[in-house]
Amino acid sequence: MFVSSPPEPAPHANHMVARAVLASELGPDGRRSRVSRLRSDGPLVLRPSHPKGAEPLTHRRTDAARVSLAAGTAGPLGGDDYALSIHVGAGSTLVLQDVAAMLVLPGAGGGRSRMSLDIRVDDGATFVWWPEPIIAAHRCDHTHDIRIEIAPDARMILREEAILGRHGEVPGNFASRLRITRGGAALYDQRLRFGPSAAGADGAAVLGDAGAVGSIIAVDPAWERGAPPADPYDRGAALTPLAGPAIAIGAVAADSLALRRLLVRGLDILGGPWIARHNGKDGS
Amino acid sequence: MTDETKSHRALRLGVAGPVGTGKSSVIATICRQLRDEFALGVVTNDIYTDEDTRFLKSAGVLPEERIRAVETGACPHTAIRDDVTMNLMAVEDMERDFAPLDIVLVESGGDNLTATFSPALVDAQLFVLDVAGGGDVARKGGPGIARADLLVINKIDLGPHVDVDVDRMVADAEAARHGAPVLALSRHRPETVAALCDWVRAIHGSWANGSHTPIDPGPMAPHHHGPKDDHTHAHGHSHPHHHPHD
Amino acid sequence: MDGAGGSAALLLLSDGRLPAGGYAHSGGLEPAVTAGRVTDMSDLERFLVGREETAGLIAAAFSAAACERSRRGELFEIPALEAELDARIPSSELRRISRELGRQLRRAMSAVHPHPHYDALGAAPHQPVVMGVAAASLDLSPRDMALAILHETNADAAAAAAKVLRVDPFDVHAILARMATRLDRLAGEAARAAQGPSADLPAPGSPLADIAAEHHRRADVRLFAS
Ligand SMILES: Nc1nc2c(ncn2[C@@H]2O[C@H](COP(=O)(O)OP(=O)(O)OP(=O)(O)O)[C@@H](O)[C@H]2O)c(=O)[nH]1
Ligand SMILES: [Mg+2]
Repeated sequence: MFVSSPPEPAPHANHMVARAVLASELGPDGRRSRVSRLRSDGPLVLRPSHPKGAEPLTHRRTDAARVSLAAGTAGPLGGDDYALSIHVGAGSTLVLQDVAAMLVLPGAGGGRSRMSLDIRVDDGATFVWWPEPIIAAHRCDHTHDIRIEIAPDARMILREEAILGRHGEVPGNFASRLRITRGGAALYDQRLRFGPSAAGADGAAVLGDAGAVGSIIAVDPAWERGAPPADPYDRGAALTPLAGPAIAIGAVAADSLALRRLLVRGLDILGGPWIARHNGKDGS
Repeated sequence: MTDETKSHRALRLGVAGPVGTGKSSVIATICRQLRDEFALGVVTNDIYTDEDTRFLKSAGVLPEERIRAVETGACPHTAIRDDVTMNLMAVEDMERDFAPLDIVLVESGGDNLTATFSPALVDAQLFVLDVAGGGDVARKGGPGIARADLLVINKIDLGPHVDVDVDRMVADAEAARHGAPVLALSRHRPETVAALCDWVRAIHGSWANGSHTPIDPGPMAPHHHGPKDDHTHAHGHSHPHHHPHD
Repeated sequence: MDGAGGSAALLLLSDGRLPAGGYAHSGGLEPAVTAGRVTDMSDLERFLVGREETAGLIAAAFSAAACERSRRGELFEIPALEAELDARIPSSELRRISRELGRQLRRAMSAVHPHPHYDALGAAPHQPVVMGVAAASLDLSPRDMALAILHETNADAAAAAAKVLRVDPFDVHAILARMATRLDRLAGEAARAAQGPSADLPAPGSPLADIAAEHHRRADVRLFAS
């Protein structure tokens, strides 16, 4: 069973163990956010960056701290154990993006690969996490574990996309869990499993014959009196309010391109500052 | 128990009968005629759609929030007989939200001749037939026709067009009901509408002063659901016939 | 903690004929059929397996957890349990239905077998939570309760199959028979999880069921409420 604190795998000598750390804070001028801590480790390379691609929410501010993450050229591989810890300090805005999609592959000696992210978003902070898809390659065995604690007065938007195998390929075993707590109370907790050992994942209740699945979660204290209403805007996608000041956009599609289109449409429906701006520039 | 409201209990009046005989129309008529006299609420039961609720809301017979729909999972008879929880809660919610109500009308999803309300759900019930269904229907009997508190034979204005002798049909029905009340109704004949309203006033009066005894018309016709089902024995069981209002 | 309650009480709770309005729901099957994702028996089997492994397991674990906490008299844990369950149901429609069924079950059980714990639940408690409290009031064990919920999850959809699909009911029950050991295993998993903290209860998602449920609510014509 997939519990909240699974035992640490015992990594092999040739397996990669990486522990990276990232933190942002509000600068002395009380406006500009800056990276206060940045520690890359092995394949987990963190780099301050410039605005890139379509990124929602932050066009209101010109002073966000921006970082991009590269997780090696290929990997993690079976047996690898990556962890990234992120702290978005009070009042600061952090935008985290990926350099490229993450391809999870089986390792030479087999074994499970693992990536965990432990994220804290403090009061008044804004966290925008806009990663690229995770591609579960044939025969991979990957566990992806994301824990986020967000302060009641903080905002956040994140996207997650999982692709079931490279083109025309049957995926290996993939398990992810995204758990978001707000002020210590559960807000969103979803585990996703597919691959040969995930019975029924190919059924019509879970993923059917889809090749890609993803979601966008947005949290905003401004929705305290009610998040935007549900909108099943496509046969394979719906925007729904969560039981708190938050929404989820869930989408299931044939491939990564179709998935991305559905998620972008979902953001457009959400409107306002949540729309991903296609010119990639800061407005305001 | 938060879900129960004993304090402001209304008279719960069921309206059953086959599809299209005029249940919604009867309810609309009652609401239109009596809404100034009684505080009313309506619960409809849907089979596929929320047609009944939409019809009643668009007819404007009551404020929209006093008309609520229950979805019956394509089992309209179950919802008024075997498992009344959804309807019971809809009625209780209505009584609580608009207290004090005098009468809550419950429309059954149009089913067949055998579906009747459980006494756990309603205090009294109307069974609605129409002349368009044929003059023999009343003779065929069944629990609703034979023992509902009131049998309505609706759309009598159509009698000549469908070759039905209305007087004959009413006489047959009265025979099948051993003298219990039968009302020939047409929304185009004010005197019949007035008689319907009088009946509602009378049943509300006897219910309010405690002289009304709820009658269970009895379950549906014998049929089997499973080995332990005892639908069969109860069909013929005898009820004290009580008609304080006639 | 094992309940000393007898098997007869378990059968009472797990019987679909318990008058609590469950018959109006197809357990997500009609929405899946409407979406064109279940058209034959093999689709149906994958649907049922996927549903038991996700929504079924969640309902089982939460009812087992509610049973466990109710048995221990730790009702103060119920609000956190409800929040954890909300967090596991992204579809607002499915959360609403779970709470509606919970209210109905409480209404029925308060009449059938009254217990003070029912009053301690909020205005509209989730169905698995009410089930767990009902099980505790009948002195059943968390594992028994989990099994009952898993059985009901399948039974609701199987009963609906005959109405929304062209099926041979024997084939439908053959699927249920093949799934029997799976249900036993899931019940064990749910009961084990129920012993631990609420935050660690299983959280398997079912994205297509969430999406289809929202579409179903907006359909003009439907047999089942969900
Ligand atoms: N001629 C005539 N038509 C009537 C009368 N009452 C109702 N109708 C018509 O009969 C049709 C069915 O009436 P409804 O009130 O919808 O019947 P219902 O029993 O509620 O139907 P379901 O809910 O679908 O079972 C409608 O077209 C009404 O206009 C009447 O007194 N005379
Ligand atoms: Mg009607």
